[in-house]
Amino acid sequence: MTVPVTIRLQQDDFDTAREIAALSAGRTDVGAVVSFSGVCRGGADGDAITALTLEHYPGMAEAEIGRHVEEALARWPLFGVTVIHRYGRITPGENIVLVVTASAHRQAAFAAAEFLMDYLKTRAPFWKREESAAGAQWVDAAAHDDAAAARWTKS
Amino acid sequence: MKVVYFAWVRERIGKAEEIVEPPAAVHTVADLIAWLAGRGEAYAHAFETPRLIRAAIDHAHVPPDTAIAGAREIAFFPPMTGG
Repeated sequence: MTVPVTIRLQQDDFDTAREIAALSAGRTDVGAVVSFSGVCRGGADGDAITALTLEHYPGMAEAEIGRHVEEALARWPLFGVTVIHRYGRITPGENIVLVVTASAHRQAAFAAAEFLMDYLKTRAPFWKREESAAGAQWVDAAAHDDAAAARWTKS
Repeated sequence: MKVVYFAWVRERIGKAEEIVEPPAAVHTVADLIAWLAGRGEAYAHAFETPRLIRAAIDHAHVPPDTAIAGAREIAFFPPMTGG
């Protein structure tokens, strides 16, 4: 049976509760639904972030996320996957990204959601530009994100 | 071939995309980066730190030693910061 996969890139916000409910709606084999929401932080101390602008590579972003979803489906017994990533200008407190995974048991759902997020951070073609009182600047990639993604590489 | 740029690579070069016709000696992604970097100050600035440049051919990540023959669209961008 084909596993339902939803991948959406959009400027508008999304309804997290509705996306979670959709993965188990009308079926009784789902025993675990895990969701991860990435939210725009306001920043700390004196360098408060007033907004983020997310640039993306249309076409490649969908393709790259799709490749990682396919890998997740091959590695874990999933019953559904939803990935939604926003682009454009996003202010603190707003959603940026949502990953939802469904499976019979929690282990597969947790692992697949974490795997997808680690790869979204390091391989999906999105770039954040932060705005603060000091001006706007591109966010540098974090080495700890590369290390997190590398954990999933098969040896 | 079509070349597209994103984030600060795009800003430094001052355009999002262009059609380029590199000479026959340009075989790989790394060759193309070196050739583009020689096209003027803006390009030299964009490509001044090769370890911070990522490339994709036809919407898939590729390492610098990848051949560019047959590529429809080549993209250059900094390390990704989505999620």
